[in-house]
Amino acid sequence: MNDLLEYTLRLGDDALIAAQRTGEWIAAAPQLEEDVALGNIALDQLGQARSLLQYAGSLDGRTEDELAYFRDEREFLNLQLCELPNGDFAFAMARLLYFATYQHLLYDELRSGADETLAGVAGKAVKEVAYHVDHATQWVLRLGDGTEESHRRMQAALEALWPYTAEMFASDDLVRRLSVAVDPSTLQDEWTNRVLAVIDQSTCERPSSSYQHSGGRSGRHTEHMGFLLAELQHVARSHPGATW
Amino acid sequence: MDFQATIDADGRIEPRDAMPDGYRKTLIRQIAQHAHSEIIGMQPESNWISRAPSLRRKAILMAKVQDEAGHGLYLYAAAETLGVDRADLLDLLHSGRQKYSSIFNYPTLTWADIGAIGWLVDGAAIVNQVPLCRCSYGPYARAMVRVCKEESFHQRQGFEILYTLSNGTEAQKAMAQDALNRWWWPSLMMFGPPDAASTHSEQSMAWGIKRHSNDELRQRFVDMTVPQADVLGLRVPDDGLVYEDGHYRFTEPDYTELYDVVKGNGPCNQQRLSRRVQAHEDGAWVREAAAAYAAKKAVRAA
Repeated sequence: MNDLLEYTLRLGDDALIAAQRTGEWIAAAPQLEEDVALGNIALDQLGQARSLLQYAGSLDGRTEDELAYFRDEREFLNLQLCELPNGDFAFAMARLLYFATYQHLLYDELRSGADETLAGVAGKAVKEVAYHVDHATQWVLRLGDGTEESHRRMQAALEALWPYTAEMFASDDLVRRLSVAVDPSTLQDEWTNRVLAVIDQSTCERPSSSYQHSGGRSGRHTEHMGFLLAELQHVARSHPGATW
Repeated sequence: MDFQATIDADGRIEPRDAMPDGYRKTLIRQIAQHAHSEIIGMQPESNWISRAPSLRRKAILMAKVQDEAGHGLYLYAAAETLGVDRADLLDLLHSGRQKYSSIFNYPTLTWADIGAIGWLVDGAAIVNQVPLCRCSYGPYARAMVRVCKEESFHQRQGFEILYTLSNGTEAQKAMAQDALNRWWWPSLMMFGPPDAASTHSEQSMAWGIKRHSNDELRQRFVDMTVPQADVLGLRVPDDGLVYEDGHYRFTEPDYTELYDVVKGNGPCNQQRLSRRVQAHEDGAWVREAAAAYAAKKAVRAA
């Protein structure tokens, strides 16, 4: 696989799998305003996924749908953070804070990058994810500094997801070789500053796990990924060649 | 101008105007039921978000379900102008004391059902709702203007899903026909019981809340829909359908089924309500936290 294709798939798969999980909240949110907000966020993530997968597909003659529906689990390159099953609302907001803050830093770099298409996608997406960061931040503060129960749940979610954060910043030969790519290791310090500032303000403790998961970027996923894909792909795969 | 004079002059009643208790109660019941229908109606469609067979369709469906949440918000806000609050209305829904449209007690079994809901269910809703844009109560009428604009987009996307299926593979076409077979009769029932058996209609007409009878609207829907089925190349599952004097004569649905479903005995009544209650209960700690946080902030700001 060529480098640009692989790099674009990483970003596109992150957005696609995040959209799939965020979308599960629609019609299940704690209040109606939140169904609307999470619907917006899922739509933004899906829109980013489509732009990126269309670009990836243009590099080797596949469509966005062929990439989304007809690849197998080991060919998906998304972060494990994105695929974990939805827990409670605190889990959703912790994941959104971690992920959207990362995406924001990444897109902000990428929009002035040398690849025009990626820069264009990033330029639009950076505004969208700024809203995601803001939304997640507001909720982490409310839940962390709300009631005893919400504080306990927020703390638990921040801890549970922390071991899936280092994967976002793992550098490898691909990002070092590919000049249009952002080496994500350069984003880690700023990400940590921003996220810890929110956590401190929320009155939660900073998470302190030393173990960190990895594997998503090389197609090694959690046990949950197969089920996610089974659901996402089954109608399309039951009717190969059909248009919808 | 007093209430009756305003109604007689086809004017609008606004929240601060005097109005009879019965008018207020009828509107609260109707607007609340309408809002509840929007939010329960999110379920049969959100059931397919994770499985939509193309990314484009997934995006359209997400946006549609999100629109419905938005409609729920405007409608609860319209009801609140009558002196009730959303939390109490939700309690009435959750305890089964207020209803939602019975159509949402039918299951979405295949992808084609998403097309059928858009085409038939949103189509029937439009026929019901367009006259409400001229309803005598201002806030409800204005909410409906906004809702109707989005519904017509929903109806077109449903038609387009079925058009693609009915021009697709044999299996896709069969899926589309099966969806029409299952959704046709429940869609006809969306207009309510026949005029002779409709309990609330007469007073609502006199108050300018309702503008046309159930049977009139049902006929309008059939006349609009049958030619569209022809364009789709699908067969409306009614052997009695004939075109006569500018209208399609059709077989009446079995209204005992409608009464059963309204009473709670439909395929998904329990599932829909328990899922709604579950989401609400699961969210209770979140809403409490938001309230506690807002209170702390207010104290700090003081």
